[in-house]
Amino acid sequence: MPALTELEDAWIAASADPEYHRRLDLLLNDYVGRPSPLYLAERISEVAGHPVYLKREDLNHTGAHKINNALGQALLAQRMGKRRIIAETGAGQHGVATATACALLDLECIVYMGTVDMQRQRPNVLRMELLGASVVGVEAGAATLKEACSAAIRDWVTNVETTHYIIGSCVGPAPYPALVRDLQRVIGDEARAQILEKTGRLPQRAIACVGGGSNAIGLFAGFIDDAEVELIGVEAAGEGIDTPRHGAPLTVARSAGVLHGSYSAIMQDEDGQILEAHSISAGLDYPGAGPEHAWLRDSGRARYVAVTDDDALAAFTQVTRLEGIIPALESSHALAWVIEHGGPSELDVICLSGRGDKDLAEVLERLG
Amino acid sequence: MSNGSERIAEAFAAARADGRSAALMPYMMAGYPDLASSRAIARAYVEGGADLIELGIPFSDPLADGPVIHSAAVAALRTGVRVDDALAIAREIAADVPVVAMCYANPIYARGLERFVDALASLGVCGLIVPDLPMEEAPAVLEICDAHGIALVPLVAPTTPAERLAAIGQRARGFMYTVGVTGTTGERASLDELLPDVLARARASTSVPVAVGFGISTATHAAEAAAAGADGVIVGTRLVRAASEGADAVKSLVQEFAGALRDGALG
Repeated sequence: MPALTELEDAWIAASADPEYHRRLDLLLNDYVGRPSPLYLAERISEVAGHPVYLKREDLNHTGAHKINNALGQALLAQRMGKRRIIAETGAGQHGVATATACALLDLECIVYMGTVDMQRQRPNVLRMELLGASVVGVEAGAATLKEACSAAIRDWVTNVETTHYIIGSCVGPAPYPALVRDLQRVIGDEARAQILEKTGRLPQRAIACVGGGSNAIGLFAGFIDDAEVELIGVEAAGEGIDTPRHGAPLTVARSAGVLHGSYSAIMQDEDGQILEAHSISAGLDYPGAGPEHAWLRDSGRARYVAVTDDDALAAFTQVTRLEGIIPALESSHALAWVIEHGGPSELDVICLSGRGDKDLAEVLERLG
Repeated sequence: MSNGSERIAEAFAAARADGRSAALMPYMMAGYPDLASSRAIARAYVEGGADLIELGIPFSDPLADGPVIHSAAVAALRTGVRVDDALAIAREIAADVPVVAMCYANPIYARGLERFVDALASLGVCGLIVPDLPMEEAPAVLEICDAHGIALVPLVAPTTPAERLAAIGQRARGFMYTVGVTGTTGERASLDELLPDVLARARASTSVPVAVGFGISTATHAAEAAAAGADGVIVGTRLVRAASEGADAVKSLVQEFAGALRDGALG
């Protein structure tokens, strides 16, 4: 707890410090390549029957939205005088983003990753190692994101004096969910200005995939005060939400619980044991979701739906052929919902949270 | 029936009156390696000389625990052990020694705080440790535990700042669980050299006994912890590791730890 208080104080101070923002903005612009484009995907629009704009987070340096948060937190760690950085990763995107930020800022980097995820995201493991990070395999449980997150928390409580934990999503104990939202809201703020500039209006719907929910909370943050914009989070239905093999706690589980230090929607049995999530995409393979998403759901401000492995896979190949963009399997869930299930809309903005190169092996295997 | 705090206090006092340097509180993972074996292990703890027993309720995601106890929890759950099965072990030993249940927050909230604590009381459990319950969330739990005669035992770490320690010490019931290392449960080669300071700070913050756990791996460690000022010594991972070797092996290991606390006092 004292570590969380220290982090919260440091974040409040950094947020109010123009020099911190100057450094972060400079890196976001010149290093990450922001602002990311808002692209009118004409051929997807044709299929969907209405205009669909993609917020191109896949074009960021390292290929996903994760770098926005990793750089912001790495700069924060530097301010706090912590030179050892730890992170958890599922798909490997957050691990790569953190390893990249640490290389740039000359910080030690240790990334915890489930051994199952290490197998299905081999290229990202190699990238992290090339960047100078140590990737530590986690064998416990289902050997995926949940266990990687637990391993990182255990490391943090052991080495808290020297170490900052760069959590990859808007989960975990306060202040993390708010901190990660603040660092990802650049997605929504940019998208709002861009859609107004391009179309002169706000979208009817803003749509993003939700694992922990960081790209979604970042997109939603830009539109949350615009009551007319519908906010839609797309979770992983895995093999179906009527089976136990999914990753859709916001859509399916009406019960709340405590996981990794936050009280939110989680997948649990009646004894309160946390269940294993399942998704074709490693980044959505998490049995919880950020507490702000649970609040947005319960307050009625946002709506949560789920898309199966099969539908996400179909959208992955379809969007690749239609647009010449290979989307991450995570983002493919949001695309699939708009193309297949979302029905009519006047104007949609989808967060294309990452590129799909990392998923090629997984997809090729599935497609046989 | 006397309330949990009183029974725990009596157990610490009795160990002291018996001439031992500290009370011995072995930890067990309820339901590991399976339910029947863990019942036998609970009995072996009593016969081996436990003054109190810490009964771990298996949880899928035990963040404060190292790999040995984590694996034991997962293994117990895989055999189908439910929270009620785990708690029921308390009833069998509660008449012999005070039982302190160790349970993570989520299974407690899943059942409902009041119902969970009520169940503990009806099984004769004396105390409750919730390793992932921060001080800020504790008052509601404390109120219900107090109403049911269950001692809510707080954990403090070497990194706990002075002000926070004072606040935790004031509302400690039963005993104060001092974490002997910075980090998770698990065996260590030696005790932290700062342990006497940590124990002294804990003692100054509270009127209840101060016990130490996390990292006590050998009988020598137990004697050293007592010499460093602990009123109680909690041994977890070393005994959980022995659980698969059967109740007799566990019993002689508990005897070894108990012996060290007896000899330590004489020496």
